[in-house]
Amino acid sequence: MHIAEGFLPPLHAVGWTVAAAPFVVHGARAVVKEVREHPENTLLLGAAGAFTFVLSAIKLPSVTGSSSHPTGTGAGAVLFRPPVMALLGTVVLLFQALLLAHGGLTTLGANAFAFAVVGPWAGYAAFRLTRACGGGLLPGVFVAFVVADLATYLTTSVQLALAFPDAGSGLAGALAKFLGVFAVTQIPLAIGEGLLGVLLFRVLTVNARPELERLGLLRPVAEPVQGEAR
Amino acid sequence: MSRRTLVTVLLVLGVVALFAVPLLLDGGASEYAGADGRATEVIEETGYTPWYESVFSPSGEVESGLFALQAALGGAVLGYVVGRLRGRRAGTTATPTATPTATPATAPEAP
Repeated sequence: MHIAEGFLPPLHAVGWTVAAAPFVVHGARAVVKEVREHPENTLLLGAAGAFTFVLSAIKLPSVTGSSSHPTGTGAGAVLFRPPVMALLGTVVLLFQALLLAHGGLTTLGANAFAFAVVGPWAGYAAFRLTRACGGGLLPGVFVAFVVADLATYLTTSVQLALAFPDAGSGLAGALAKFLGVFAVTQIPLAIGEGLLGVLLFRVLTVNARPELERLGLLRPVAEPVQGEAR
Repeated sequence: MSRRTLVTVLLVLGVVALFAVPLLLDGGASEYAGADGRATEVIEETGYTPWYESVFSPSGEVESGLFALQAALGGAVLGYVVGRLRGRRAGTTATPTATPTATPATAPEAP
């Protein structure tokens, strides 16, 4: 999903930066507020950021014979709601743009919009929908991670199609072309990411139960810990 | 093996299989070029030339090292947090069992 440096026309680069900026600023305030009001959650906030950091660093092979990155933005979106991820995700992208020549400063806005805004929000919406339909926490987490990953790459495809409409087939043709590059490759990665998310939350539900209860993800039990059959 | 451990093992195996099986079936026929790179090729075919270059472009070797560094940093923080949470739980669960009469396992006081 990293649009390479200079690979968006200036007008698009500016447009996406303007679109992403308010989300990132709002996200920064959400992070500060979270840390100030709930310092006990800082540890978990670090874990959410670290999860994105690890996953977005790994290039995984896919069935299509090309490789791509997972995103890992679902964790923070489910735990702390999406605004927090707008900042954490952008920090990851900035690190990669500056040190790894992966993505870029001119495309930071577009990449942040896909990776740190649309992905987390789509994942969070999918999570809430799953829970509202009676799904458990872990199925919700799985769906959230898969959707966050796929939505990010869908957004990138749309961004590129808007910038480079096909000469013959126009916008739709270009979208099909970029989806061809990203979407199929991403499906197994998204599923893998969903499974990793379930693994992460299985660890958290046991070891960070008080935090998850405070964040409203788990219902407090009357007699915690005692009689735990695990 | 408890049911919980079994599920964990199956999940880990699932993740490994998801990425190992395509690699094995493929038998080294594919280059596994990055999808991001393929997208830039598609764009360049339209005759577009990028108007800005990366401020700092590490060579391939350095780049993979920096990617490893990124993963290592994230992994270290994640491991630290999970380790601390686990240690805290071990600490809080040990106390009520040691004193079974008083305080019937109230909510563990967070630091």
